[in-house]
Amino acid sequence: MGDHISSSGESHGSVGSYLTGFVLAVILTVAAFGLVMSHAMSPSATGGAIALLAVVQIVVHLIYFLHMNGSSEQRWNVMAFVFTVLSVLVLVAGTMFIMHDTSINMMSR
Amino acid sequence: MAQNMTADAAHAHDEHHESPVVFGFWLYLMTDCIIFGTLFAVFAVLRDQFAGGPTGHEVFELSGVGIETAILLFSSITYGFGMIAAHENKVSTMRTWLGVTFLLGLGFLFMEIREFSHMIAEGNGPDRSAFLSSFFTLVGTHGLHVTCGLLWMAVLLFQTAGKTELNERMIGKLTCLSLFWHFLDIVWICVFTFVYLMSVI
Repeated sequence: MGDHISSSGESHGSVGSYLTGFVLAVILTVAAFGLVMSHAMSPSATGGAIALLAVVQIVVHLIYFLHMNGSSEQRWNVMAFVFTVLSVLVLVAGTMFIMHDTSINMMSR
Repeated sequence: MAQNMTADAAHAHDEHHESPVVFGFWLYLMTDCIIFGTLFAVFAVLRDQFAGGPTGHEVFELSGVGIETAILLFSSITYGFGMIAAHENKVSTMRTWLGVTFLLGLGFLFMEIREFSHMIAEGNGPDRSAFLSSFFTLVGTHGLHVTCGLLWMAVLLFQTAGKTELNERMIGKLTCLSLFWHFLDIVWICVFTFVYLMSVI
């Protein structure tokens, strides 16, 4: 089992790649829960750290479980995904900005 | 070995024919992303509107969330093993892994329903505050997706009963459900990070 069948191997993964993804996901999850439960850092630093851990874990899941990669057959999947991520970012950041601004101007906080 | 390679290449080539179905399902998942994005935005805006009610710190139990996270993570990898068996045309192995995934999903749903009913029984239902309304909507929508995934899994287990080999169509169906199931796990990463952990810091 070498690289010569990588095109079909990549599209549905192997036991090894699933286990790699699983171990990485467990480490990242345990790190996030551990950081919060141990109160090792200040609240704002903990918030930033677990947000970063979540982003890394999402990437791990996308690569090892959803088999996303840069190959040409995946180009449209990746393009649709990037567009969606952009939309969600605009949606979430825009909503938070507008609602925060509104509540400050309405002096409701 | 050379014959194996050509067989594999032909196999890979066949898969490209059914990829429009999988790609269409991928696009559906992207629209689902937008739904969850809006619900996360709502939660982000309303997360400190307690209306004199309990805060996240008072109503969330991290141990339960940790177990739910572990169950979903395990179900992701068991479904992955099922897909590997499906691609090797080992139908009974695939059905066993799918059954394990189904039971894990059922366990997750059981824990979530227990958490919800516990909170509602204590008077902390979705009608208590804007924070709890957005919490129940977001996490409930994820739970609804898991329920749909389990129904779908039961249908596929029924359809593959007694089969000795899987055709391309069935592999396509299994692939779509695998994307759906792994996608739900990704949404759960955001749920436990931005809803549960952020609320108890």
